Amino acid sequence: MGKLAQLGLDIAKLWSKYSSSYINGMRNTLILALIGTLIGCLIGFICGVLNTIPYSKNDHPIKRFVLKLIRVIIRIYVEVFRGTPMVLQAVFLFYGLPYFTDNALRFSSVWAAAIVVVSINTGAYMAESVRGGIISVDPGQTEGAMAIGMTHVQTMTSVILPQALRNIMPQIGNNFIINVKDTSVMFIIGFPDFFATHRAAVGASYLYFPSATVEMIGYLTMTLLASFLLRWMEKKMDGSSSYELAQTDQLTMTAGTYRHPDKGSPFDERNREYADEDLREQTGKEDR
Amino acid sequence: MADQILQINHLSKFFGNNEVLRDIDFSVCVGDVISIIGASGSGKSTLLRCINLLETPTSGEILYHGRNVLERGTNPAEYRSHVGMVFQSFNLFNNMTVLENCVVGQVRVLKRGKEEARKHAMEYLERVGMAPYIHAKPRQISGGQKQRVAIARAMAMDPEVLLFDEPTSALDPEMVGEVLNVMQALAESGMTMLVVTHEMAFARDVSNQVVYMSDGVICEQGKPEEIFGNPRKQETIDFLSRFRG
Ligand SMILES: Nc1ncnc2c1ncn2[C@@H]1O[C@H](COP(=O)(O)OP(=O)(O)O)[C@@H](O)[C@H]1O
Ligand SMILES: [Mg+2]
Repeated sequence: MGKLAQLGLDIAKLWSKYSSSYINGMRNTLILALIGTLIGCLIGFICGVLNTIPYSKNDHPIKRFVLKLIRVIIRIYVEVFRGTPMVLQAVFLFYGLPYFTDNALRFSSVWAAAIVVVSINTGAYMAESVRGGIISVDPGQTEGAMAIGMTHVQTMTSVILPQALRNIMPQIGNNFIINVKDTSVMFIIGFPDFFATHRAAVGASYLYFPSATVEMIGYLTMTLLASFLLRWMEKKMDGSSSYELAQTDQLTMTAGTYRHPDKGSPFDERNREYADEDLREQTGKEDR
Repeated sequence: MADQILQINHLSKFFGNNEVLRDIDFSVCVGDVISIIGASGSGKSTLLRCINLLETPTSGEILYHGRNVLERGTNPAEYRSHVGMVFQSFNLFNNMTVLENCVVGQVRVLKRGKEEARKHAMEYLERVGMAPYIHAKPRQISGGQKQRVAIARAMAMDPEVLLFDEPTSALDPEMVGEVLNVMQALAESGMTMLVVTHEMAFARDVSNQVVYMSDGVICEQGKPEEIFGNPRKQETIDFLSRFRG
């Protein structure tokens, strides 16, 4: 009991002294995770779309070659960035780039470097998710779009991608939550995120576990908030579960087109001369 | 002929080594309502899909107002906007409301203004009796209602021909009538239609031409009175007798 009371006291002490640093760190962590996830999703969508451009044996050889090359490049990108730790990617980009190019190429701010690393990393994960999301949309949707004369691009932007986006919302949420936590490795390039605050506070106060507790609570608060927001967004995207019947007077009605506006249509109740004979007997409905 | 829209010449289609269509010839003129009947697997869907360029024929010609659309230089999307298609499985866009389904093609493909497209869509939605449901999503309406929306969506593009691939086969029996009634009304309004169907009453009473397909070839073709009243080929007689029970 005494230990817990001590912990509480220490946390209070830390908070009174460093609260603005902690809050600032949380803000930076959230901004980095958000921007990184958004740009990452954009990269993922671009890769996913490029990856699913259809080609057939009848297409021009150059078109086929280019499309195959694109697929190979994306494959390599995904494997490399998914298969190496983000902390090393950050080191290579921030310290390696100026070293190997004799300072010709370098990031002037840790923000730019951190955003690039998180975005590219998220993009590598999202590329596969988006590809899966696109493939999982019913092929009938594409045929329906093609049948009214839509081009591949129009079909993608109006019909397939909105549905793919809805399908992969849970994965986008996952990636965001992972990014909130995993951006903590960016201390390696001196990025001032929430975890960097911890290192600074501990260095000055030696209150290691109290600060770690603050961090735990802080991260959990951020991720719970993110989960909550994502659920809400998914609900919003699904729209209402019921719909309103359009009112008769809102519509420009052609005279005599229908009798029961809220019961359906003339065709629901009109004669069924083309339905099966025996069906008509079963349902007992007679021609008008 | 000036009023001829489509002419199919010697069309054939292979899937691998499997010859699914062989030497198909026929033409579609303005106002024609042609029913294509035949057993399952005889190539009816493949024929429609070839006409709409959803499949690429192996050989032959599809002349659209005299121009072969299988030649290089054809823009398939542009061509398809004149040749509408209604599918057995509706294929309504799940991410859009009923009204949006009928508007999107007009706006994106025909470059119509939103308001104009909306008005035009409403005209057809009223004709198929779906005007009250414009705010519904496809998952919220019945199969028969979906198919009526799909017909309105296709018609809103002002196509010259409308292709139907078994439009009532996926429906519960009590919904078949409402869709057939819509189709009959369309036919009576002068719409040019090519209908793959198992509804023999529709083929007999609404169409002006019936094509009987068997094993990838057109086995017999003629006026409905001829095909139903006086079929000449034994295969046609056998096929039709299965429907009379
Ligand atoms: N994409 C495809 N690949 C290979 N074979 C196919 C394909 N589509 C259809 N077929 C074959 O073509 C034949 C005709 O099919 P289809 O046109 O669907 O017939 P129907 O519509 O008359 O029932 C069938 O034997 C079917 O198995
Ligand atoms: Mg079929």
